[in-house]
Amino acid sequence: MSFRHPATGGADGRTRDSQPQSLDFGLSSGLDPESWVERHGDDLFGFAAARVRNRAVAQDLVQETFLAGIKSGGGFAGRSSERSWLFGILRNKLADYYRLQNREEEITDTELLLSEERGAFGTGGLGKDGWVMKLAPQAWETPDETLISKEFQDVLRSCLSRLPDKVAQVFRLREIDDVSSEEICKDLGVSPNNLWVMLHRARMGLRRCLEVHWFENKQRDE
Amino acid sequence: MLNCRQATRLISQSLDAKLPWHRRLQMKVHLLYCVWCRRYAAQLKFLRRATRELPPEALDAAPQKLSSEGKEQMNARLKESVKKLPPPAE
Repeated sequence: MSFRHPATGGADGRTRDSQPQSLDFGLSSGLDPESWVERHGDDLFGFAAARVRNRAVAQDLVQETFLAGIKSGGGFAGRSSERSWLFGILRNKLADYYRLQNREEEITDTELLLSEERGAFGTGGLGKDGWVMKLAPQAWETPDETLISKEFQDVLRSCLSRLPDKVAQVFRLREIDDVSSEEICKDLGVSPNNLWVMLHRARMGLRRCLEVHWFENKQRDE
Repeated sequence: MLNCRQATRLISQSLDAKLPWHRRLQMKVHLLYCVWCRRYAAQLKFLRRATRELPPEALDAAPQKLSSEGKEQMNARLKESVKKLPPPAE
């Protein structure tokens, strides 16, 4: 039984969109990799690209995912399994990629002050490790218009651009894509400990950056 | 009793996961008497909203779709790979 491409409701009971005949790979197992690129290519690519931030690398990872899929044979039923199976392979490839890229050092001593914290906490304010008054959070005026003001967005973007690459990556996944911490750790091979440290640093730095470059200026003008 | 350095760490962590109940309690007690950390917590929430409001093009986002050449390359490569598979049992 070789694969044809019925329009819908083909003889094998599957419905599918009509596909160009030239993509018939002639495979007679339960898989139809000829449809993978069309069906799953963009979604897998989007997923990878958001995490590696490099088109060429993302494409390679998706390619490797498909190749691994072909080699391993599969043998499952239903379209949804095929998709999550492929995503599972991609996740592993991503984690491997990250492990190769970053020999990650575990940040073990969390009692040690992070550089972003240094200076901000001292013996003033509320005693040991309280806010140093000069750097303690000020009162911000945050009317809704601020969020959509182009000037403000420019400042925020500029603050975001100061984050180191990997931190920016993780921050973006967490804050904008709303990916859960567990998933980020799994996808990128980051330990939960390192993840919270990165997010904490990002937030502390961004907050202070906004304070200095937006809110302090604004308050001064009034 | 928490100091502010510890409290700010917990505030950040609370944005990503549910804190263990005793940590949550310590954090809330600290926030009762520390106006600066209260501001910090509110400001992190504002930061989250503000980041989400940014138009997607504003960020360094890699395009989300494969190019048509990319797709062609991939299909060609997959076809090669399929050819190399052992013949299926009839």
